[in-house]
Amino acid sequence: MTAETTRRAVLGGALAGSAAALLEGCGEPQWPGTLGGADWQRGHLLRAATLPAATGPVEEVGVLIAGGGVAGLATGWRLAEAGWTDFRLLELEDRAGGNARSGRNAVSAYPLGAHYLPVPNREARALRHMLERLGMIVGEEDGAPLYDPYQLCADLEERLLWRGGWQEGLVPQGGLSAADRAQWTRFQATMADFRSAVGQDGRPAFALPMALSSSDPRFRALDAQSFAQWLDRQGLTAPTLRAHLRYCCRDDYGTEPEQVSAWAGIHYFAARRGWAARGDGDRELTWPEGNDRLARAMAERLTGQLRTGHSLIRLTRDPAGPGVLGDVLDHARNTVRRIRARAAVLAMPHFVARRVAADFTAPGGFSYSPWVVANVTVRRPPGGKGVPLAWDNVSTASESLGYVVATHQSAGAAGGPTVLTWYLPLSREDPAQVRKLLLTRSLGAWQRQVAADLLAMNPDLDGAIERIDVWRWGHAMVRPTPGFLTDPARLDAAAGRAPVWFAHSDLSGLSLFEEAHYRGVIAAEAALAHCGHPFESLA
Amino acid sequence: MDDHAPAASEPGAPQAPAPLAVILLVSVLVVATCGLIYELLAGTLASYLLGDSVTQFSTVIGTYLFAMGVGSWLSRHVHRRELAVFVRVEILIAALGGWSAAGLFLLFPLVGDFRIALYALVLSIGVLVGLEIPLLIRILRHRFAFRELVSNVLTYDYVGALIASLLFPLVLVPQLGMIRTGFVFGLANVAVAIALLVALRRQERVGADLAAALLVAASLLAGLAMADRLQRWSEIAFYNEPVIYARSTPYQRIVLTRRNADLRLYLNGNLQFSTRDEYRYHEALVWPVLTRVAQPRRVLILGGGDGLAAREVLRDARVGHVTLVDLDPEMARLFRDTPQLAQLNGGALASPRLTLVNADAFRWVRTEQGRYDAILVDFPDPTEFSLGKLYTESFYREVARLLAPQGMMTVQSTSPLVAPRSFWTVASTLEAAGLQARGYHAYVPSFGEWGFTMAAHGPIAAAAPLPPGLRFLTPASERAMFDFPPDMARRPTPVNRLDNQALVRSFAEEWGRYDG
Repeated sequence: MTAETTRRAVLGGALAGSAAALLEGCGEPQWPGTLGGADWQRGHLLRAATLPAATGPVEEVGVLIAGGGVAGLATGWRLAEAGWTDFRLLELEDRAGGNARSGRNAVSAYPLGAHYLPVPNREARALRHMLERLGMIVGEEDGAPLYDPYQLCADLEERLLWRGGWQEGLVPQGGLSAADRAQWTRFQATMADFRSAVGQDGRPAFALPMALSSSDPRFRALDAQSFAQWLDRQGLTAPTLRAHLRYCCRDDYGTEPEQVSAWAGIHYFAARRGWAARGDGDRELTWPEGNDRLARAMAERLTGQLRTGHSLIRLTRDPAGPGVLGDVLDHARNTVRRIRARAAVLAMPHFVARRVAADFTAPGGFSYSPWVVANVTVRRPPGGKGVPLAWDNVSTASESLGYVVATHQSAGAAGGPTVLTWYLPLSREDPAQVRKLLLTRSLGAWQRQVAADLLAMNPDLDGAIERIDVWRWGHAMVRPTPGFLTDPARLDAAAGRAPVWFAHSDLSGLSLFEEAHYRGVIAAEAALAHCGHPFESLA
Repeated sequence: MDDHAPAASEPGAPQAPAPLAVILLVSVLVVATCGLIYELLAGTLASYLLGDSVTQFSTVIGTYLFAMGVGSWLSRHVHRRELAVFVRVEILIAALGGWSAAGLFLLFPLVGDFRIALYALVLSIGVLVGLEIPLLIRILRHRFAFRELVSNVLTYDYVGALIASLLFPLVLVPQLGMIRTGFVFGLANVAVAIALLVALRRQERVGADLAAALLVAASLLAGLAMADRLQRWSEIAFYNEPVIYARSTPYQRIVLTRRNADLRLYLNGNLQFSTRDEYRYHEALVWPVLTRVAQPRRVLILGGGDGLAAREVLRDARVGHVTLVDLDPEMARLFRDTPQLAQLNGGALASPRLTLVNADAFRWVRTEQGRYDAILVDFPDPTEFSLGKLYTESFYREVARLLAPQGMMTVQSTSPLVAPRSFWTVASTLEAAGLQARGYHAYVPSFGEWGFTMAAHGPIAAAAPLPPGLRFLTPASERAMFDFPPDMARRPTPVNRLDNQALVRSFAEEWGRYDG
């Protein structure tokens, strides 16, 4: 039996799409828990034709940032670092942080989405600068940044449920035919070549931030095909290898290899050249609350500029001057105020920006993958045959991406209750269809699916589940589909035009913290330059 | 008595055909052996789990014999079909007796009062065994003259007892262990039942009984096959000494055993000390460090909730105050409030000079602001990742911060003989944390050759003025502790970090090789 058939069999039970959802739809929750998600009622207000007109005096501000996810927070952080405090940061939700937001219960803080940051590359200068400021880089050793060991993911990092036992690492060991092993070796060698490849322009073939990648057509041409097609052409068809690569595509892009651009698929493996002392370059930084640690640190750098529960509903050119006029809805009061800004940074997904700032955006090409993340509070930590519990625990026989242990970094002693963050990208079906499912499927139905999947991986958790909190992301990640590198809408948005710039990982086509942070920083620097404020570029 | 009485006159007691009589006589031997084995198993288990073997054996044997009397008395209420009743008794004994050892081991940690379970089982098996011989005599009475019958049955009965009492200590317990012994003799019991049922199948409807017997046989075979796993589940069977206390706390499983004067503490199955030689371990842990500090006023002990290290420290009048950080409040409660155990540590945990902190040391050291003249790090071996964190560079950096400029610390560092790479990893890691380190070792019989690592901000003095009155350390033996012969000599090792846990990995490998 191959991993492929196993997965399909499990998939049949785990997510037989909307039909199953309808059948289960009326089930009562079996465990305590909440059903949360991005506030789409507020989001969908933007679709409504009638919104209140602006009232009251017009507020004057230097830079208006719309969107308090990682990109918007990075924009604000960059402005603050440059000593520019004259800005407002609007966030539709009641809390900033976007996909990096977290929850907390009596047992632990836990992520609702993004939960780790790989040690950044040499070229990620602004991000490294921020990590130094936050004390996560504590110094230098042999000329390379030295990371605070408490922030690096503690051993044991990853384990894989494969052939009935847990093994260390995510690459299956043992039980592979010689031919399969040869394909694995060939794939890894090819990726190592791409990792060290440099284009004719002297830039790395694959960089992180991706904007710094080579524009050499030799590499760009990869974007014309899907990752699956590229793998087929390379003769990389071993089921275990393809199952692993599918896991990776879904993990970073929420998308199937058949829909991922080959350039993006390779980027996953070829772009990470983490730069750190003591050989820590291939490590990750992680925290119980996930990337909310970083989001909150950026938010703390702000001094009263952040306005949550406020969304930009309309952005237009100021007929009376060089700046822009933004109409801002206060969701609590249901009132609209007008802000006049010298510059604006739209740190929001493109599909939202398109609605509120039609004058500044081109229609086009972005699509998004939906995800479900469940936080499962358990009385005792999971065990299982083989290596002990790791930070990231993945099963070859599950459609989910497995679970991450929230207390991995904090626990000194093992054995107590913990929170497992379970991830499922709903990548099999049409995203629009899945988003409808997300709106209708009940908490109980999700809980049953989460528990069944978790117990299949860890039967030892039977009776140990205390609660299951489910979080739905309708637009969790932008999808790097073939052609995304040359998509005119993406290129247009990435370029920006004074006095409006965009800042979002959408502009990179890769929903990564590094990308969002980079886009925020360069948008902030463009706005600073526009406003004539002196600064030394971090980008 | 007529040897050939017609069967019709005794309904339910069919005339035994020749092969059946042979089976029945052999079964006397088997059931007698089995009966005594169960009795010995219960007695041994009781003294093993509850201690005080004289009392346990005496009460178990008394209860068992009394129950046999009850069984014999009850046999009068069997009016007919003695053979059928006998077969069912055999099946029941096979199930109860066969599973008795495994069941008692598994029950021990689960039930509130183990004695109730124990004596209920002893009573049930005793009653059933007590039924056997009277029934057999009645079944066989048509086959033999009464004189012969009594002679035969009782001879086989006593021979069986001899076989059992010799086999049990010489072969069964050492070779099979108690759990397997139970299953093997349960199988013998059920074999008798099956043999009788097969011999009877022409005359009687035996289907249901045969099915029950086969089911019991299958369960016993399964138990036998899984004996190793059962042994692990019933961790009590894992200890070689009688268990006198066992309790699971949220952090660990605490087990105390005692054999004669030797009291032992196990945490999660790992020996922490034996009262026979713990003074060697604790003198070696404490005095080399304490005597190298000019004024050890403030002492920190990390781990060591048994209070034995604290006992040594408090013997030094220069020590003004001891802070002891242990994860598990239950350990401190046990070693402070149980007179027998508090006696071992000289009441150290109740001393006004000692402050007990129940905290996870990994987190505690990160927030603690005090300075300590001597620090003793006495954690369990790095058998798992959560314990491995307490041996990392990050952890030692925090400990070094708490160490006074002229202070000294020492770290329990596993066996340099069994696990030299692991042992020297501790020194490399302390050095990576900016300290100077020196390994030393002592022979502690219950552990073997054991290692410690001393560390300080500056150079470590070669000799130390030891106080009088120690049982193990002398100036000459102390100097010798720092000498490492080639099989334990220092070797290059990685630094143990949070993100590589090099120590947990090498520890598992080296001890795995040693344990085979």
